[in-house]
Amino acid sequence: MRRDVFQAIADPTRRAIIVLIALQAMTPNAIAGHFDTTRQAISKHLRILTECELITQEQQGREIYYQLEVKKMKEIDKWLEQFRKIWESRFNQLDEVLLTIKKNKK
Amino acid sequence: MKNSLLFDFTLDKSTNTVFINREFEANQSLVWDAFTKQEILDQWWAPKPLISKTKFMNFEVGGRRFYAMVTPEGQERWSIQKYTSISPKTNFKMLNAFADKDENPELPGSEWDLNFSEQNGTTKVSIAIYNESLARLEKMIEMGFKEGFTMTLNYLDQLLASLKQ
Repeated sequence: MRRDVFQAIADPTRRAIIVLIALQAMTPNAIAGHFDTTRQAISKHLRILTECELITQEQQGREIYYQLEVKKMKEIDKWLEQFRKIWESRFNQLDEVLLTIKKNKK
Repeated sequence: MKNSLLFDFTLDKSTNTVFINREFEANQSLVWDAFTKQEILDQWWAPKPLISKTKFMNFEVGGRRFYAMVTPEGQERWSIQKYTSISPKTNFKMLNAFADKDENPELPGSEWDLNFSEQNGTTKVSIAIYNESLARLEKMIEMGFKEGFTMTLNYLDQLLASLKQ
């Protein structure tokens, strides 16, 4: 199934993982070391983040490193921009309504 | 109309809160009415081409507004707003949730805090919208853009399916 960036960040542990690897690429073990949960649980979060294309794997020697896909994070800003536009058009309509009411009062 | 009227829009990702500030060239009393009276609200609440249709609205603490955003094809997306606090002409707070056509809310919703203040005939409205998760914020965006914009119904279905998990 298709996953999206918002599903990725809906979970607090996944958000914490994103913050962690935003600073530097990390191995699954190093990431798991920052959480009280099981290694399996962290693996599952990493899998979801990977499926959402928010993080990618890179093989370095014998280790796998996870890194953040900054471009994908920008999708959130794109969505926000659309939300902003809804309010913009809503308020432009309100401007007109207010103007009409004021005119009718005169 | 002045072009210098304030409009700003920010998201605090750490608290999942959207802040919106906007000035209007009208007195506070009129702007307050525009936000709290059904017949005015329905004229501007839905971004075109959607239409806002309020079935009932009791603007009092504990009262509710039950309304739909109607698409050009006649599809209705219902929401319920419940007023939790009202200080006439200066502030009101409400809980907003999507709903089915039988008034059953889809929880959790979002918490809204709206402030009104006037200076030299210009009224500033400050809105804070707190969402339990950003996923819900995305849904709000989808709803607003559902028709007539760039999103296809197909994508929305996928999105709703993924949000339900």
